[in-house]
Amino acid sequence: MKEILVILFSVILVDNFVLSKFLGICPFLGVSKRLDSSVGMSIAVTFVMILATAVTWPLYALLLARFELEYLQIIVFILVIAALVQLVEIMLKKYMPALHSSLGVYLPLITTNCAVLGATILNFDNGYTFAQSLANAFGAGLGFLLAMVLFSGIRQKIEEADVPETFKGVPSVLIAASILSLAFMGFSGMVEGVFGK
Amino acid sequence: MNNSAKNNRTKKSAVLLNGILKENPVLVLLLGTCPTLAVTTQAVNGIGMGLATMVVLLCSNVVISMLKSVISDRVRIPCFIVVIAGFVTIVGMVMEAYVPSLYAALGLFIPLIVVNCIVLGRAEMFASKNGVFISALDGLGMGIGFTAALFIMGSVREMLGSGSWMGMQFLPEGVPTMSVFLLAPGGFFVFGVLVALARKIPAKGVRFKKDFGCEGCGDNDNDKVKESGRS
Repeated sequence: MKEILVILFSVILVDNFVLSKFLGICPFLGVSKRLDSSVGMSIAVTFVMILATAVTWPLYALLLARFELEYLQIIVFILVIAALVQLVEIMLKKYMPALHSSLGVYLPLITTNCAVLGATILNFDNGYTFAQSLANAFGAGLGFLLAMVLFSGIRQKIEEADVPETFKGVPSVLIAASILSLAFMGFSGMVEGVFGK
Repeated sequence: MNNSAKNNRTKKSAVLLNGILKENPVLVLLLGTCPTLAVTTQAVNGIGMGLATMVVLLCSNVVISMLKSVISDRVRIPCFIVVIAGFVTIVGMVMEAYVPSLYAALGLFIPLIVVNCIVLGRAEMFASKNGVFISALDGLGMGIGFTAALFIMGSVREMLGSGSWMGMQFLPEGVPTMSVFLLAPGGFFVFGVLVALARKIPAKGVRFKKDFGCEGCGDNDNDKVKESGRS
């Protein structure tokens, strides 16, 4: 239990996917303009990430590793993610049209979100068990949500700020992301401090 | 006859140069930001990542432009992804065998070439509509542009962060370096400043993007347009 909590907290705050591992930067910078869209995107990402982990972990452990097909990892994982995204979209459209209309536009973008593929591959690089992998995926999603929500607030302020002409738009957003990630560096060592090493 | 051949040649060089300057994937189109930020702590890593991506881009562009008449429009994205993932696996295995230290340094970001917006974007926007040779040129040009941008960024971060360039130490022992440039905040900062500097370069016909997002890989508005066009 303690291990799962350690994974959860370190992946949300210390090793935040966006701000310290550079995974999922495209949606982080692309969709964080408004609060509602950043929340929608993050929830969709979290959902797909947990589902993808729940499918890829048994697939890898029971099929690929058993028959020494580890080299197929990339192809199998990306296909699973692409199929899942499609499946989730169809299911939402049929059973939860309201949710589909608010999350639907973000779903196609998730296939090419490196955070999802990154999370599923990292589960094996770190040698996590099934439960730990699920915690990792859930924490990564929550960390993504946290970063997106914080950053959408910052971006609304930047829109109104008076910045030099060359830095208008993209460069100023990147500098703001730099400062936010500097702030997140303050969490380093926190997990060891709370849970003990 | 002569004139058309000449036109053809200028068109080819325009396609090649397009990716290097006019539509530099990193500094102008703002694609592939994840590897750009993550691996550029050293100039060498930047070049390695750039070259690996270039090989994948070149091969996938060639294969996809060959298969474009076979692939049905509805399942084209999964088909493209499978082709790209195949080449990424090959590149990863070759790198693991011949340059293990670079492979270890790039780590997770080698398999993540699959989801690099540049690769899928070029497959969708260029290779699926053009001939084999011209798609190869496009892949090569985009790859060189990506490598160049990563090299510049890696050089800046390595020089500021560890006082060396391409592994050669130029700051004397004992001089403190700004190691924050090797960490995540430095990556965002250097990228922001480079994008701002690139805007200052006077060049004809370069349209800098006002915002992030990738047209090639299912952008919101684009997708809606495509879907309404199809149905």
